[in-house]
Amino acid sequence: MCALCGVLGGGGDWTDAAARPGVFTRNVDALQRRRERINRVACAQRVLGFYGLTLSDWQASSFVLSTLTGKSCLVDNLTHLWSAAEKLTGRPCDPLDPQLIDWLEGGRLEAGGD
Amino acid sequence: MTDFTPVNLITGFLGSGKTTLLQRLLADPALGDTAVLINEFGEVGLDHHLLGRIDETTVLLPSGCLCCTIRGELATAIKDLHSKRERGLVPAFRRLVVESSGLADPFPILSTVQADPVLRHHFRLGTVVTTVDAVNGIGRAESLKQVAVADRLVLTKTDLAPDCDTLMTRLRQLNPDAPLLRAAEQSIAAGDLFDDVTRSALRALPATMDSPHGAVQAFALGFEGALDWTMFGVWLTMLLNRHGERVLRVKGILNVAGSETPVAVHGVQHLVHPPVHMAAWPDEDRRSRLVFIVDGLERAAIERSLRAFLGPPTRMAAVA
Repeated sequence: MCALCGVLGGGGDWTDAAARPGVFTRNVDALQRRRERINRVACAQRVLGFYGLTLSDWQASSFVLSTLTGKSCLVDNLTHLWSAAEKLTGRPCDPLDPQLIDWLEGGRLEAGGD
Repeated sequence: MTDFTPVNLITGFLGSGKTTLLQRLLADPALGDTAVLINEFGEVGLDHHLLGRIDETTVLLPSGCLCCTIRGELATAIKDLHSKRERGLVPAFRRLVVESSGLADPFPILSTVQADPVLRHHFRLGTVVTTVDAVNGIGRAESLKQVAVADRLVLTKTDLAPDCDTLMTRLRQLNPDAPLLRAAEQSIAAGDLFDDVTRSALRALPATMDSPHGAVQAFALGFEGALDWTMFGVWLTMLLNRHGERVLRVKGILNVAGSETPVAVHGVQHLVHPPVHMAAWPDEDRRSRLVFIVDGLERAAIERSLRAFLGPPTRMAAVA
């Protein structure tokens, strides 16, 4: 971990993909990792908004996932994100849910929190 | 940079010829520096005797089915081999082959190798080879799953069942992109089975297929334009979190925005291998292609969902 920026090199999740010969990763240097984390928050937020959740970076080592009422938890990576989101909201986060897909396709008025 | 030892899995239903195949392969000088782990379902382990090679790099895990009872034991056994190799107590093997019991679900075995905090820094997953008995075919759920996750399929006992066209068609439908070899008629070299996944995946990614096989079906999706790698990761992690049990296999090459060359992805149920940055495109076609083998999921739902996540820049296209 970098002592100045607190950026870890990735915890082995496939979306983090620690540097190995031939492995595709955007964790090559601290700047790229920072940029990728910001992008990751933005991408996940596109979907999490449907569930009334927000994601933010925490010290470039974890993410904070929060509900509208402030209930929060830390998640390490994208793979852990969805089980944590399901626990916080008490409902399945299913990418095949037609309502979610409608919402992503533009009809965002019926955003989700039941 | 660390040299990761590939771990290959030989799986296949009871009596489908795993040990015989392994015995043949170990005669190949290319596997001279290979360690072997054998798991058997039963009170008395025999396979390691049948193998005809008992030394310190052949380890028997006798306590039942690898997938449900001894994942920890598998990790411990591999770590023990690694430790002995580092200390010079066993020959410096450069490959590990695990022969699972016939009843094993391959997923937990693969997951153990990839997820264990020690193993994942020293080993990487190699190909999964599945043997299929031409006489008895495939039928049980374990057998279907073993076929679905295979990188190479080996049809055995074809000398006893010469007319196995129907079975071959079923195998092609269940797992369209895995090369299919016939053990009785072909001489099979170690490289045919253990060469890395991405090379075969690239060559063999099917142009188009749709193959209902009961609830299990295989299909390919193609899409044009460079995709956002991070958004793809958001989608796939979400899909596997909710439906991982039913995504028997996902595999493909992706045209990723910001990358000149393609990225190969390869997953089995909840497990996704580290994505491979390929040196070059296999042909002129620059479309991303993804193959799914799913159990009880709808192709249309997956396609629509992926398109919605990736957004307008990426157009789905029929793969020609």
